Amino acid sequence: MRIIVPIKQVPETNAVRMDEETGTMIREGVEAIINPLDLYAIEIAIRMRDEHGGEVVVISMGPPKAVKALREAIAMGCDSAVLISDKAFAGADTWATSYVLAGAIKRIGGYDLIICGERATDGDTGQVGPGIASFLELPVASYIGKVDSVAEKSCRVHRLVETGYEVLEVDLPAVLTVVKEIADPRLPTLRGKQKARKMDIPTWAGGDLKVEPDKLGLNGSPTRVVKIHKPTVARNCQKVAAADEQAVEQAVDQLVAFLQGKDLM
Amino acid sequence: MKYSGIWILAEQDGGRVQRISYELLTRGRELAEKRNTDLTAMIFGHDINADDLQELIDCGADRVVAMEASELEHFLVEPYSACMLRIIEEYRPEIIIAGATSTGRTLMPYVAIKAHAGLTADCTVLDIEADTGNLLQTRPAIGGNILATIKTPSHRPQMATVRPRSTKPAAKQPGRSGEIIRLEATADLLTSRVRRVGFEASEESHSLQDADVVVAVGRGIKKSENIPLMQELADALDAALGASRDVIDRGWMSYPHQIGLSGKTVTPKFYLGAGVSGSIQHLAGMQTAETIVAINTDPDAQIFNVADFGIVGDLFEIVPVLTEKIRQVKGNG
Ligand SMILES: Cc1cc2nc3c(=O)[nH]c(=O)nc-3n(C[C@H](O)[C@H](O)[C@H](O)COP(=O)(O)OP(=O)(O)OC[C@H]3O[C@@H](n4cnc5c(N)ncnc54)[C@H](O)[C@@H]3O)c2cc1C
Ligand SMILES: Cc1cc2nc3c(=O)[nH]c(=O)nc-3n(C[C@H](O)[C@H](O)[C@H](O)COP(=O)(O)OP(=O)(O)OC[C@H]3O[C@@H](n4cnc5c(N)ncnc54)[C@H](O)[C@@H]3O)c2cc1C
Repeated sequence: MRIIVPIKQVPETNAVRMDEETGTMIREGVEAIINPLDLYAIEIAIRMRDEHGGEVVVISMGPPKAVKALREAIAMGCDSAVLISDKAFAGADTWATSYVLAGAIKRIGGYDLIICGERATDGDTGQVGPGIASFLELPVASYIGKVDSVAEKSCRVHRLVETGYEVLEVDLPAVLTVVKEIADPRLPTLRGKQKARKMDIPTWAGGDLKVEPDKLGLNGSPTRVVKIHKPTVARNCQKVAAADEQAVEQAVDQLVAFLQGKDLM
Repeated sequence: MKYSGIWILAEQDGGRVQRISYELLTRGRELAEKRNTDLTAMIFGHDINADDLQELIDCGADRVVAMEASELEHFLVEPYSACMLRIIEEYRPEIIIAGATSTGRTLMPYVAIKAHAGLTADCTVLDIEADTGNLLQTRPAIGGNILATIKTPSHRPQMATVRPRSTKPAAKQPGRSGEIIRLEATADLLTSRVRRVGFEASEESHSLQDADVVVAVGRGIKKSENIPLMQELADALDAALGASRDVIDRGWMSYPHQIGLSGKTVTPKFYLGAGVSGSIQHLAGMQTAETIVAINTDPDAQIFNVADFGIVGDLFEIVPVLTEKIRQVKGNG
């Protein structure tokens, strides 16, 4: 089977610092990594290939430096990769991103499954997976926590919802978006890294895809970010110190009185 | 025909209308007043409780459009999106808002592509420009480090999903009236390449979000063996127990307990956090609590910035005393 895994390169958000004045992200010194959930998508794709044969193709839309993310995916065990990069793609919202990714997936063709992360840590919308499915006229099963079985024409999966797990049977080809419990991602191997270094990774631009120029990037995006600001949080905290046993008693009494005053006990 | 009217996606489970629907009515009503237009709830399902449909009107909808068929009993992306697209075609809503639930977050992007609509995810604030009808959608992004306000200036409908529990559900208002329309879900809308063949319920998932009182455990608890200390406090307060991500990642408690950006949003009357530093991502899930109390050894811990009452001290000394005191007070009460 042919499995396509779209991956996104994101800033390491744990290390993100914000420019207090402008409200924008300070990108210098922030490492670019594979979106963490996409590692889980790669892992389950590799496992399915190892069990059922076939190949895993990773693709990423992004600037030229996103090729690093693709090489990491190859080092983990994916078979081939395509970078989708064009200045015209810049500023794409999820509509325009899904449009280009769907265009690239059509060009690859012959796929049985497309596996995305449920969401990326930076844009954080979770809309691209279902968006790709919609453009390709495929069914989508989101929030997948477990793949139970894969047959020639369908697969059975567990979908995490608010009240438990739905068990779904999904006709192939289809799009899945996965959550963490799907599988523990492996680390790249030394041999994988060597392979990744040598691998020839093609870049496809807008002209290589069957896409309409006016539907690309910022121009093709219905949404516009009009303002970015820092979240502000402030309440008037009545703070008491409780450094020794006696102070603890007092502080607790004050707290209980405070709660009683608010009718919270 | 031009696009007009505010629409929400009401959700049902087993034929009963879910809480998120009423939260969306609160949002929708505000927007409808500002834009001076009407509010409609759409709902898809099978054998939906008639009193519940009426309650949507009692709680703020001017109109309910229900599409029913056995194939719509549970969420399936293809029939649900076909039905929503049918509604868009027939009624041309200016705005559609849905919950950022497992249903809303799958259905809305699928529909937005086909409707060539802008869609904003996980909004916490919605406002509207009264003259243009442009929806001002504010949402956290980049790990909660920023809030972005997003507009869709030249595409209609405008679509948004809204975080569950980020607003109060609408209450019944006496004397409201409205129309309930049943739109036929024709067979061509109902085919699906996804079949739901089973369901495994999990017990613990709901209690945290429904609780009036939440006690949250942070990394300050130091090890899993110490969790019972907090459980006892929670029991004394009749509270649900939640946690920060650092506690979950260490395996001291399970994921359904996680509060925050990548966990659950809680809006209890009373939140008490002990050994929680108050990272921006944790705050994203609890700062709408009515009253916030924090216990932390660090007087400069961020959580104190959002707290109403704080005790600076060691939770291992404070919590047992507090638990005992609460038991006494409640015992006498
Ligand atoms: C502050 C801010 C807020 C934004 N809010 C919105 C919004 O509300 N609505 C909107 O439409 N756009 C929004 N965007 C734009 C959005 O972030 C981009 O369109 C982005 O390219 C994809 O969205 P995401 O990060 O949300 O991905 P998600 O949809 O969260 O990603 C899910 C999965 O899709 C795949 N994927 C996503 N992007 C790529 C890629 N470039 N290449 C390969 N695979 C990929 C991965 O498998 C990933 O795990 C926002 C951007 C910013 C900076
Ligand atoms: C994309 C992204 C999403 C995230 N999502 C979430 C999320 O959903 N929820 C979430 O919680 N976090 C989330 N995080 C993680 C978040 O950034 C913090 O790392 C986390 O909230 C910290 O947890 P904590 O407060 O328990 O631990 P710490 O920050 O380590 O704080 C421990 C606190 O305990 C105090 N303490 C220590 N000993 C004692 C004692 N004896 N008595 C009293 N106090 C004591 C310390 O002073 C300190 O303030 C996310 C991060 C990212 C990047």
